[in-house]
Amino acid sequence: MQIARVVGTVVATQKHQAFGGAKLLLVQPVGLDDTPRGTAILAVDSVGAGVREKVLIVMEGRAAGEALGRKGAPVDAAIVGIIDSVDVQE
Amino acid sequence: MQVAKVIGDVVTTIKDENLSGIKLLVLQPLDPDGNASGRTLVAVDAVGAGVGETVFFVRGKEASFPFHPTEVPTDAGIVGIVDHWDVER
Repeated sequence: MQIARVVGTVVATQKHQAFGGAKLLLVQPVGLDDTPRGTAILAVDSVGAGVREKVLIVMEGRAAGEALGRKGAPVDAAIVGIIDSVDVQE
Repeated sequence: MQVAKVIGDVVTTIKDENLSGIKLLVLQPLDPDGNASGRTLVAVDAVGAGVGETVFFVRGKEASFPFHPTEVPTDAGIVGIVDHWDVER
């Protein structure tokens, strides 16, 4: 899983039926110091996240499909948690 | 998934039989500001998208799920057409 920041929302009327009712959020993966890492991706939201929140995302098809609660859904990324805090001791 | 702009299409005559009848489109992934970001790619179309439209696509074997039970040999597929998107920083 990866840590990401929600940066936006996407609205699509015409989409695969497996997305019906699912919220689509644009998320930017970030490092532990909150700096952007890599390209922003689109994830389905299964936990009620909102813009600017720090979230936990999975970037793998099977896990994302399970988070959406639909088998055989053509998804590859999902938000599976809203992060309260991250503590790293080095 | 990623947001992308459809910038072209691909026509093939000789191909895997499970690709027959499926539209192939050329995608340019976009960053949240709408700028081109990363390499272009070819994706199968599962929603009736066309050149010039903004879409979102899925990577990996899940791209073939809309065509189930046909096992389409693809690693990218368009699964939605974007109406609009809002980015807040």
